Amino acid sequence: MRESATFDRAVIAEIQRAAREGIYDIRGWGAKRRLPHFDDLLFLGASVSRYPLEGYRERCATDVVLGDRFASEPLALQIPVTIAGMSFGALSAPAKEALGRGASAVGTATTTGDGGMTEEERGHSDTLIYQLLPSRYGMNPDDLRRADAIEVVIGQGAKPGGGGMLLGQKISDRVAAMRDLPRGVDQRSACRHPDWTGPDDLEIKLGELREITDWKKPIFVKIGASRTYYDVALAVKAGADVIVLDGMQGGTAATQEVFIEHVGIPLLAALPQAVEALQELGVHRKVQLVVSGGIRTGADVAKALALGADAVSIGVAALIALGDNAPELADEYAALGSAPGFYDDWQAGRDPAGIATQDDALAARLDPELGGRRLANFLRTLTLETQTLARACGKSHVHNLEPEDLVALTVEAAAMARVPLAGTSWVPGT
Amino acid sequence: MAVAAEVETVDLRETPLRELNRRLHGAGGDPLPPRWRVTHPDGAHAVAVGIDAPVEVDVDGHVGYYCAGMNQHATVRVHGNAGVGLAENIMSGTVVVDGYAGQSCAATGRGGLVVVRGHASARCAISLKGADVVVAGDTGPMSAFMAQKGVLVVCGDAGEALGDSLYEAHLYVRGQVRSLGADCVEKALRGEHVAELEALLARADVDADPAAFRRYGSARRLYAFDVDDA
Repeated sequence: MRESATFDRAVIAEIQRAAREGIYDIRGWGAKRRLPHFDDLLFLGASVSRYPLEGYRERCATDVVLGDRFASEPLALQIPVTIAGMSFGALSAPAKEALGRGASAVGTATTTGDGGMTEEERGHSDTLIYQLLPSRYGMNPDDLRRADAIEVVIGQGAKPGGGGMLLGQKISDRVAAMRDLPRGVDQRSACRHPDWTGPDDLEIKLGELREITDWKKPIFVKIGASRTYYDVALAVKAGADVIVLDGMQGGTAATQEVFIEHVGIPLLAALPQAVEALQELGVHRKVQLVVSGGIRTGADVAKALALGADAVSIGVAALIALGDNAPELADEYAALGSAPGFYDDWQAGRDPAGIATQDDALAARLDPELGGRRLANFLRTLTLETQTLARACGKSHVHNLEPEDLVALTVEAAAMARVPLAGTSWVPGT
Repeated sequence: MAVAAEVETVDLRETPLRELNRRLHGAGGDPLPPRWRVTHPDGAHAVAVGIDAPVEVDVDGHVGYYCAGMNQHATVRVHGNAGVGLAENIMSGTVVVDGYAGQSCAATGRGGLVVVRGHASARCAISLKGADVVVAGDTGPMSAFMAQKGVLVVCGDAGEALGDSLYEAHLYVRGQVRSLGADCVEKALRGEHVAELEALLARADVDADPAAFRRYGSARRLYAFDVDDA
């Protein structure tokens, strides 16, 4: 017997499922197929030609300032890892509280998501980024002013060009009230903003937000990775303080699998394009770059910074740190037709971990203090790992990492990251 | 005898926009003057945005994008035309434009009243979330797209795809509707709707017979995702 590489088991299973159900699969967790990623890069540790720092003792700073281009009150974070936007509605209130607790414990920021700002996250997030999305669910000027930064969301890595939909089963009374819609009705999040239509309009929109907040709040512009070079340049021209770039591995947005797997480009390919645009405009490190989409380890963080990012943002990894897909929930995942490590139907509202749900009984399972401690531990680990790699490259600040510290394991990764293939001086495409 | 309140006049040819908005936000901590007049707006964007006080602001001339955006409690009158996004995301208060309004008038408005005495362009009342919008003239295509809550009254004609993907907003049109959008249907105009219209037209100071309007709303066929909608 020989298994087909073209019709592998997953493909066959999907054809059978589609034939049975007559509708595409919707899920979260971003692209699951193998993509060129940071795993395809390696650091060149210091040796004779470079001088390392003592790994456990010498100072290696991790602080980052975001949004000091135009805003009078930029964010000052202690670590270069933030929590990506995930809505109340998609996530339970205890989950939002846990994210705030964990992020605040290590001096970093959380982000609201589509659906407005809750007291749980404002109350527990020392630094909170408030998203302005096409749906404008829950948008109001009071929350704009009590946010620490504003993030205008144009796209997400999982679905650049697509909107979203919160299914009716997750629309509790509270979610419905926050979004001005009846309980139980599927809530569409539009793919276009309602009051601007192009980059020239965006510039005027950012101007309005600055006027409303008296030019105090940093304004981030978030894009899904596709035509990254041009999108970043246009966002800079529009006046963004910070660019948030989300690669196709970005996973907390649920949508059709065909969209997730076939639209957008990997973060590894997008990040150098963004840096190129910033450098050509003379604003690299002045307009900060935050990247997301498949950040899992300190190695990912360090490699993203070395390629020119100022910070990274995590979503799926944060949910796992809170307790999602935990082995102890194996029986309950099995009852949903899934298993720990595979559960990706966060949109369905039945998350046994109590994280991606609006069911009160399920949500009550998540202890926000415990979840917050787990997240803080994970963020500390990411930071320690990043520092370890930076010291090995002789850097006293993680932002001193640079492309010259990296090589690629594959020709594809070398071409995308614009670093040499390991053992050679060849950078494909240059 | 009551003394007329002093009018705070700001000439935008002499005062930066940022300064105007800061003062309207109460910068300095002193009580806001209750009446303001803004002269020479000359099409400026973001005029009188983010106000959170029961003041009256008269703008003498045309304004650009987002005039009176996210307004709370204030009454803003534009004695001219307004560009894109007039009173976007208005929370409360009243915004009146004597002339025409550009695209996305009152987009995502949550409360309060927006009155356009001329015509309003495309996407008027898009994603409306509770505000009331009265247009004395016509509205452009895709008006009330995905409108969730609130009321849109069109005294003239409505353009293509009115109320596409509508949720629970109430739509009233006196003239012709070029076409209805997905899931938007005509519904019976009953007594409670006439009463709603009558009150709203009176608030907007628009002279029109409520009985002459036709009502449109959501068929609610798109409320639960179905394979046939895909």
